[in-house]
Amino acid sequence: MSERLDDRVRRLLGPAGPEVTCEQCFDQLDRYVELELRTGPADAEAAVPGMAAHLDGCPACAEERATLRALVTSRPES
Amino acid sequence: MLSRPTASDAVAPRAVAAPAAPADDAERWLAPLRAGGPAHERAVADLHALLLRAARFTVRRASGGGGRLREHREDLAQQSADDALVAVLAKLDSFRGESRFTTWAYKFAVLEASVALRRHAWQRREIPLEHDGWLALSDDGASPGEQAQRRELLGALRDAIEADLTSHQRRVLVAVTLDGVPIDVLAERLGTTRGALYKTLHDARRRLRAALAARGFAPGAADDQESPR
Repeated sequence: MSERLDDRVRRLLGPAGPEVTCEQCFDQLDRYVELELRTGPADAEAAVPGMAAHLDGCPACAEERATLRALVTSRPES
Repeated sequence: MLSRPTASDAVAPRAVAAPAAPADDAERWLAPLRAGGPAHERAVADLHALLLRAARFTVRRASGGGGRLREHREDLAQQSADDALVAVLAKLDSFRGESRFTTWAYKFAVLEASVALRRHAWQRREIPLEHDGWLALSDDGASPGEQAQRRELLGALRDAIEADLTSHQRRVLVAVTLDGVPIDVLAERLGTTRGALYKTLHDARRRLRAALAARGFAPGAADDQESPR
């Protein structure tokens, strides 16, 4: 399947597994990001099951996760 | 393409043996924020400065060097920091110490600034809520050998979107996944919440998977997983 079509179908169908809600995602976001950075994505997902699936299916939450992650690893003056 | 889900009931956050968060700053922040007097005022000012840093970072990261957002960047960051400060102070008692206090506080500023940025980007843009965007799903770049299979999948997808979804599910699905409308922008236009709209999106996707499975395709999860609540 072409990459473009594959991407569109993936976006349409979303993640296959169980996932947290947007509210649960926000509630756990700080803990999840710190776990990702400290011990890796597997531990973060074990601590918050369904978070990775939600981040895969919700562009807004994924954007906020990426920003928070970049922020906590940025230099203080940035 | 997509795999079958595993157990569908394990979505509640778990307490795991994660390394303890650095015993950073929680008490340094919490005690004065909960106290009264000059110490409280200083702590609130420090917290605002922290949130403003996070909001500026978010705005700068999203807008790059300029664009039409440039002249509004500082106002947007200031407003986001103000709104985040109100939210953080109102939710202090919900801080569980599962991360550093600063990371916990940052997320409120990131949220406020991200929402403001998305709304700003879409403020004068029309959202095509009734269009037939799914019909534009096309088979671009397929080799001759793949075309028949792809045509079948695309036909099944179009049929399922048209026949198996409610009009509300269809317009939310198409707007968010094909047109790239941010879910909070769409929620604002439709007078609902981001969480409610994501539930609609999740239900639409679940129906779509089930419909594809019923048509002989295996998207991986024509399942019984519960919708996020």
